[in-house]
Amino acid sequence: MDQFTLNLIFVGATFALYIGIAIWARAGTTAEFYAAGQGVNPVLNGMATGADWMSAASFISMAGIIAFGGYETSAYLMGWTGGYVLLALLLAPYLRKFGKFTVPEFIGDRFYSGGARLLAVICLIVISVTYVIGQMRGVGVTFGRFLEISTDQGLYIGAAIVFAYAVFGGMKGITYTQVAQYVVLIIAYTIPAIFISLQLTGVFLPQLGLIGTHTASGVEFLTKLDQVVTELGFKAYTGETANMLNMFLFTMSLMIGTAGLPHVIIRFFTVPKVSDARLSAGWALVFIALLYTVAPAVGSMARLNLTTTMWPNAVAGNALDGEAITRAEIDNNPDLSWIRTWEKTGLLVMEDKNGDGMIQYYNDKSDAMNAIAAERGWTGNEVTKIDNDIMVLANPEIAALPGWVIALVAAGALAAALSTAAGLLLAISSAISHDLIKGSINPAISEKGELLAARISMGFAIVVATYLGLNPPGFAAQVVALAFGLAAATIFPVLMMGIFSKRINKEGAIAGMLVGLIFTAVYIFTYKGWFFIPGTNMLPDTAANYVFGISPLSIGAVGAVLNFAAAFIVSGMTKEPPQHVQELVESIRIPRGAGAATGH
Amino acid sequence: MSDKSSSNAYWAANLRIIGISLAVWFFCSFGLGIILRPALEGIKVGGADLGFWFAQNGSIYVFLVLIFVYAWRMNKLDLEHGVEE
Repeated sequence: MDQFTLNLIFVGATFALYIGIAIWARAGTTAEFYAAGQGVNPVLNGMATGADWMSAASFISMAGIIAFGGYETSAYLMGWTGGYVLLALLLAPYLRKFGKFTVPEFIGDRFYSGGARLLAVICLIVISVTYVIGQMRGVGVTFGRFLEISTDQGLYIGAAIVFAYAVFGGMKGITYTQVAQYVVLIIAYTIPAIFISLQLTGVFLPQLGLIGTHTASGVEFLTKLDQVVTELGFKAYTGETANMLNMFLFTMSLMIGTAGLPHVIIRFFTVPKVSDARLSAGWALVFIALLYTVAPAVGSMARLNLTTTMWPNAVAGNALDGEAITRAEIDNNPDLSWIRTWEKTGLLVMEDKNGDGMIQYYNDKSDAMNAIAAERGWTGNEVTKIDNDIMVLANPEIAALPGWVIALVAAGALAAALSTAAGLLLAISSAISHDLIKGSINPAISEKGELLAARISMGFAIVVATYLGLNPPGFAAQVVALAFGLAAATIFPVLMMGIFSKRINKEGAIAGMLVGLIFTAVYIFTYKGWFFIPGTNMLPDTAANYVFGISPLSIGAVGAVLNFAAAFIVSGMTKEPPQHVQELVESIRIPRGAGAATGH
Repeated sequence: MSDKSSSNAYWAANLRIIGISLAVWFFCSFGLGIILRPALEGIKVGGADLGFWFAQNGSIYVFLVLIFVYAWRMNKLDLEHGVEE
């Protein structure tokens, strides 16, 4: 059976499963639509949170970013997991005790202000829309590659599938679909990783392979990787970061951003009890860690595989003692068919610049390397483009695994992108129908009317997300990281202060959110362009131009500090919150008395 | 809620648990993985140096243990103060 048919079978079968679950778990009430009726088992909720959380960026891009960035990119690993500690300790149990459906609703009640609620809705929509763009690109790339259709057509199919199960199932449908999607994506990620770890290090567990020994050369795997890449003029894989402050702030931004992402927070509204909310954050991290502890092994092993493919002599000895791979070999060797397939997508580009019939891959920004290159008659790095995103998707082909594994990875990548997209779309639609329509425009709306409004806003959100997916503003993981900056600088601080301080009042919360939002957005737009429109940036997006070397991706942590500071100063100058709000804060601090949904 | 002093004691104990947990959280990730990494260069975990290992794998394991220990301690605390559900 050919690869295309296998892909169709795996992707088709998993999609049928998701739709089937959606029909079984139709939402009949708003409590089911927004919070799955608050009856989800904490282990299942952890699994659904894992799928909700692990996006196209986690599944497709992260290992590639780590592969080419090395140690410095550990910020993604620590940041995207450490946030769950903050969620478990600082937010989840208290928000579950509060017992309402949405994040803006908590902010509106705690700060007794429709304005604060509206501001939270705006922040939530900006964050979720920014984030959903990355998912839509992930859907397009994956479909385009594996179903041999255009990226645009792939996007339309993905949008139609999400529409089918999210609009009818709401949170209830999404939750149980995500459980299935988690199972698909974790199997798809782990199987190729195990095989590659066995091939390179002889160790079954990739987590141990990473710190194991490279079989072909007999030296430690990471030492071997460092040696190969530095020989070709690249930065050592385990080398120090150039800017420790930036790495610190980037990790912090990703952590508090994770804890402030509305689509993750609302998952903790679905469990029956406060103690389940704490436990559920732990289970979520168990399922997330299964992928996140494997990702650094996948990244480093894919990097070594790629480099030694280009320099066959590097497997057991020194790369430059032998010749580079020839163009003829790439075109004819059946084991290298993955290079040809990825060249077709334009994500991997090679060009024999000096016409010697070989493809020399090296770092042509290194002076030492250019001296060697000049001596040997090379005229620049001949692998002119390697997209980060191909590292995971090409992995099973690089390792020559059977066709069904490749099909499984395709299904896994789609599961990752679709599950996150659905979670985000639910967060957006509940903000529109529950916080905007029921909360301020038409409070008298009936339950049936609100459910209809929720479904219509979900449909509308899907149309907007699809449009943005067709015209993406940039690289998947980076756009996602920007959403984190905003979540870190707006939502997380205001929620935390709402729970841990009785003194922060309406004025303080609004001032804090505004300062965090404006500061972070302006800093990002200064380097990335206003609303990411190319050419409108005021300063070039390079480290030399950053304030203290802090990249736009890391600025959320600074925005959060400014948010806290502004909120405390303004609250100190204005009068303290009314008695009933102080009592509300007292009551959310204590688990007893958390009932069923009180969203009405 | 009826007994104000007990609820204050509950909250103070809760804050203490959170504080200790956050100190561990910070130390294993920002501490060992980033700030102290250059100082710990000679210590090895298999084929990786300690800081690199904590940054890429170790801190995640600590986070996991941390959340479950916290959930267990909090359940005990809820019972002690009679505020469980």
